[in-house]
Amino acid sequence: MVEFAMHNAWLVPLLPALAFVIIIFLTKPWQKLSALVCVAGMVASCVIAALAAYGVFTNHEFTEKPLVYAVRWFSMPGLSIDVGVQLDPVSAMMMFMVTFVASMIFIYATGYMKGDPGYSVFFSYLSLFGASMLLLVISSNLLEMFVAWELVGLCSYLLIGFYTHKISAREAAKKAFITCRVADFGLLLGLLSLQIVFGTLNLTELAEKVSHFEQYTTMGILTLITVLVFLGPIGKSGQFPLHVWLPDAMEGPTPVSALIHAATMVVAGVYLVGRTMFLFHEVPSAMELVAITGGFTALFAASIAITQREIKRILAYSTVSQIGYMMLALGLGSLTASMFHLWTHAFFKALMFLGAGSVLHALHHKADVWEMGGLLKKMPITGYTFMVGCLAIAGIPPFAGFWSKDEILLAAFDTGHYVLFTMAALTAFMTAFYMWRLFFLAFMGEEKPENHPHESPWNMTLPLVVLAVGAAAGGLMGTPWAPLWQEWIFFGEAHHVEPNYLIMLGSVVLAGAGIYLAYTLYCADQTKAKAHALAEKYKFFWTVSYNKYYIDEVYLWFNHTFVDGAAKLFYLFDIYVVDGIIVNGLAAITRLSGEGMRVSQTGRLQNYALVFFLGVLAVAVILAFTDPSTAASLTGGAK
Amino acid sequence: MLTLTVSLHHYLILAAALFGIGLFGVLTKRNAVAVLICIELMLNAININLLAFNKFMTPNDFIGQIFAIFVITVAAAEVGVGLAIIIAIYRNKLSVNLDEIDWLKW
Repeated sequence: MVEFAMHNAWLVPLLPALAFVIIIFLTKPWQKLSALVCVAGMVASCVIAALAAYGVFTNHEFTEKPLVYAVRWFSMPGLSIDVGVQLDPVSAMMMFMVTFVASMIFIYATGYMKGDPGYSVFFSYLSLFGASMLLLVISSNLLEMFVAWELVGLCSYLLIGFYTHKISAREAAKKAFITCRVADFGLLLGLLSLQIVFGTLNLTELAEKVSHFEQYTTMGILTLITVLVFLGPIGKSGQFPLHVWLPDAMEGPTPVSALIHAATMVVAGVYLVGRTMFLFHEVPSAMELVAITGGFTALFAASIAITQREIKRILAYSTVSQIGYMMLALGLGSLTASMFHLWTHAFFKALMFLGAGSVLHALHHKADVWEMGGLLKKMPITGYTFMVGCLAIAGIPPFAGFWSKDEILLAAFDTGHYVLFTMAALTAFMTAFYMWRLFFLAFMGEEKPENHPHESPWNMTLPLVVLAVGAAAGGLMGTPWAPLWQEWIFFGEAHHVEPNYLIMLGSVVLAGAGIYLAYTLYCADQTKAKAHALAEKYKFFWTVSYNKYYIDEVYLWFNHTFVDGAAKLFYLFDIYVVDGIIVNGLAAITRLSGEGMRVSQTGRLQNYALVFFLGVLAVAVILAFTDPSTAASLTGGAK
Repeated sequence: MLTLTVSLHHYLILAAALFGIGLFGVLTKRNAVAVLICIELMLNAININLLAFNKFMTPNDFIGQIFAIFVITVAAAEVGVGLAIIIAIYRNKLSVNLDEIDWLKW
């Protein structure tokens, strides 16, 4: 069974793809059946993924040599591309995580999307997304990964803009796709350069070739290629400055936000950098760039999240911030810490998004946390699971987030990046603060009389409970006293670190301080007077934070001035030069020459006779001066 | 005493002069019938040319003379047709002024 799963891991993306086809072509009229097909496809994939992961994690060989099998896709002289599967601990972990979290979210969606007219289509899109993401995860070839990358971008567009009747949703979908497109341009250039320089895009072959890259290219070119490749993750994973699409992507239904914009798609960028770690490892300046981008984004997004009002927006900025943590870890060289945080984050963030969805479902899509309150009493399952998520993200032991965040802080401290360490620590404080601010405002305090919350049905609360278990216990496999994670997932060689109790204590203290501050401002005093006073006192910072540092406005201005300006220039060129000079000009030349020439058509016989005569005269004169025999005959032999 | 023998070029110059006068008339006369008369003049100039060449170049043959008779015949036929056309135009326009007959213009 395990062997079968490992050698047929290509079934894992195939089953959801089949589900997509079946739903679109066969079962669309029957809503419950479509949902069943979708969930069944993903659960089946989850089983296969679990078996394959079990196989990988019981055989230490795979950490050195991944299991790769591929078929030739196309080949031309000088280029041949295979598509296949690469099973190693990282991909097996991701595969299992994606299928498991997706299964939970699909089950949740059967309850959440009930009553929506596009129910079947929604599940078909979800299946397609699942298939694309799984293909991305198991890819053995960068081109295959790029195809899957684009596919997940497409699914994100389709799912964000699912509520086609809302203009904001349509605009958000376009924004997501276009922002990612800008980033994917860089990624494509990077991939093409890799193919040209190294002659292959196959991950294992590239890893081998890049390790002695001096034979192929210079450090300068390699740096350029690496930075270009990194542009893709900046867009897809919502790093500064291309983070602008993630908060707006919350326009999509909540299962979409949970699946795509918390647990899976947005971590595709982190995954890509992790997979191409052999490339980044050779270019220290690129690693610095990754680390700085990640660290800055973490702090930046956290600073915006502390003032936001909509529940999903807070979670979205939180996602941007946490992905910043993952990028930071990668930039510091620790694939272990990054993937660990990716794993734990998937659980607690998906949990919190689903919890937020549960709240929105109960309050008929009212999203402002200031208009919520006291939901814990009427929605206990949602409330307590959400609290587990908040504890996890804040980094309170023994919940999952503590262990993974600690790994990252440790990596920053041990590699001597004290500035980044401070930024990460500050972000941890802010994370605890804004997350518990959300919890206290929404779930504690007095109930608002106009809300009539009720607990959600079992198909929505069951996933919450399961994910809460994951958020609570998911970190226990990577503690310094039982470093299972560190032994399996690493780049270079496994590093066993002694537990740094000072950092552990420090992070707990910071988290505690954040929670305490949130408690004082938002829970202890029900009028929240202190909170409002604080906002007034630092009104400038509050406004800048609330308006997301005005980055959207800057981008819009840029777009308006340069893109629309250039468009206006081209428009004028088209109207005046192309239309006016070239097209109309040609026509005018024809017309005017015609008008000129028709004057000679007088209709008078004698004018025509005159022309004949002059013509004959002209011919005779020309011939007389050029042709000697004619000259002789015309002049009768003289000269 | 200067003897003035009439030779070929005297005839040719005469014919050319007549042709030129006829051509000028064809190109400038307003009356259609006058144009026909000038055409006749041109044709007769050509006849003189032919006969002169016949007399001085090939005196034993009479090819030129035969050619000249053909030309006379054709001229006659052509004048008949031309006058018929002028009469037809006159019936339409009540004028033989060539300046006014410009229906083929743009």
